[in-house]
Amino acid sequence: MGGLSDKKITLNLKIWRQQDGIADGKMVDYRLNDVKTDMSFLEMLDLLNERLIREGEDPIAFDHDCREGICGACSLMINGQAHGPEAETTTCQLHVRKFKDEQTIVVGPFRAEAFGVHKDLMVDRSALDAIVMAGGFITVATGNAPDANAIAIRKENAELSMDAAQCIGCGACIASCPNAAAMLFTSAKVSQFALLPQGKIEARERVRTMVEKMDDLGFGNCTNEQECEATCPKGIKITNIARMNREFIKSLF
Amino acid sequence: MSQKCCKTMNSSIMKKIFMGISGLLLCTFLIGHFAGNVLYTVNADLFNIYAHKLVTNPLIYVAEAILIIIFLAHVVTGIRLTIQNYTARSHKYYLKVKTGRGSTFASSTMIYTGVLILAFIVAHLINFKYGAYYGTTVDGEPMRDLHKLVAQFFMIKLNIGWYIGAMVVLGIHVSHGVWSAFQSLGLGHITYTSYLKVIGKIFAVFTVIGFSAFTLYALIQGGY
Repeated sequence: MGGLSDKKITLNLKIWRQQDGIADGKMVDYRLNDVKTDMSFLEMLDLLNERLIREGEDPIAFDHDCREGICGACSLMINGQAHGPEAETTTCQLHVRKFKDEQTIVVGPFRAEAFGVHKDLMVDRSALDAIVMAGGFITVATGNAPDANAIAIRKENAELSMDAAQCIGCGACIASCPNAAAMLFTSAKVSQFALLPQGKIEARERVRTMVEKMDDLGFGNCTNEQECEATCPKGIKITNIARMNREFIKSLF
Repeated sequence: MSQKCCKTMNSSIMKKIFMGISGLLLCTFLIGHFAGNVLYTVNADLFNIYAHKLVTNPLIYVAEAILIIIFLAHVVTGIRLTIQNYTARSHKYYLKVKTGRGSTFASSTMIYTGVLILAFIVAHLINFKYGAYYGTTVDGEPMRDLHKLVAQFFMIKLNIGWYIGAMVVLGIHVSHGVWSAFQSLGLGHITYTSYLKVIGKIFAVFTVIGFSAFTLYALIQGGY
């Protein structure tokens, strides 16, 4: 661990600016000096925004929340890749040290027909919530929580379910899919339940309603390009998509 | 009920399943076609008898109808997928770079290789099935001399060139298609997917080398 660095670089940013969800947007060039290489990508944008505010300009709107890679709020297409060039890294966990002095960085919003742009880099990803609402839950009578070990669960299934549940719903899989398909996201949400006994009860309806909602929202079709898996900041595997396909086939009978 | 059924049949996963099943069936057709071609290298009469028995069997019409349905299902679903996927992102990216960890040349060119294969199949049918008719007699039975037609066709080096080119395109298509079909049918697995990919690549190499070899064999063996 090298500790903090005093190194500062200059970046040439090309950032998508769009007034609101209806207006046409355009790429705007910004030259940003004295960017500490220890800064995260979002801190770098904060730095730019502070300057824009000082200059009386409208700051760049972008999504962010936890800034520690677990909430799924941050997005951004950075140099043509969702969450930037690093594998299994969210935008907030991407650091300026990954870029060179005087490098040009193109920053734009995630794009899909089912997504909208609220403003600048802020993306409307409520379509993902709609998919979850369609069936990404289990129905139980509320009351005292049962003992955690009351239902025996195979260790392997528990692990696979947890792996699927790591999905933070950031939408990078959709953004990087050449077809703007939401298969990896939906399959992770289907899988986390399908692998557990509590989820099996509604498994049939769940996969049907969630896939139906996904299709209705205008997401594309999966052609097994694997860009979703490659770009997923949480390392969700396409074996989840195979599992969803199995669940769907099972639901036909 | 029927509306619900229609919705299920049109769902994105059903389209994957259609593509997967039809694709794998077309791959088994390739194996059958290859086996038939092997007879070409064994004996001219045997090859002609095989071709004759194949086309004179009344079940051929049923088999051909099934093959056409499978083929059309694959083509139509493929075209629908391409159009829908294109419209799923109407606002294109200012800059989009592949991760280099996912999509391959084969996976991103399926529609193009697919269209080229479709064009090749039309040409292939014109060249042979609906090509020149040479007659011959084997064991007193008159039949078409398909062996002669094949031999004459591959006397022309240009024909060998574009046939091999077409096989390379087919090889690229199936190198993604085979494992992709298994994945679509829900058989992707943390361990087995890598084996499925290897099987797909072996099948692709087998397709390219295997079918290309016949054209070169025909050339070396010479025409009539």
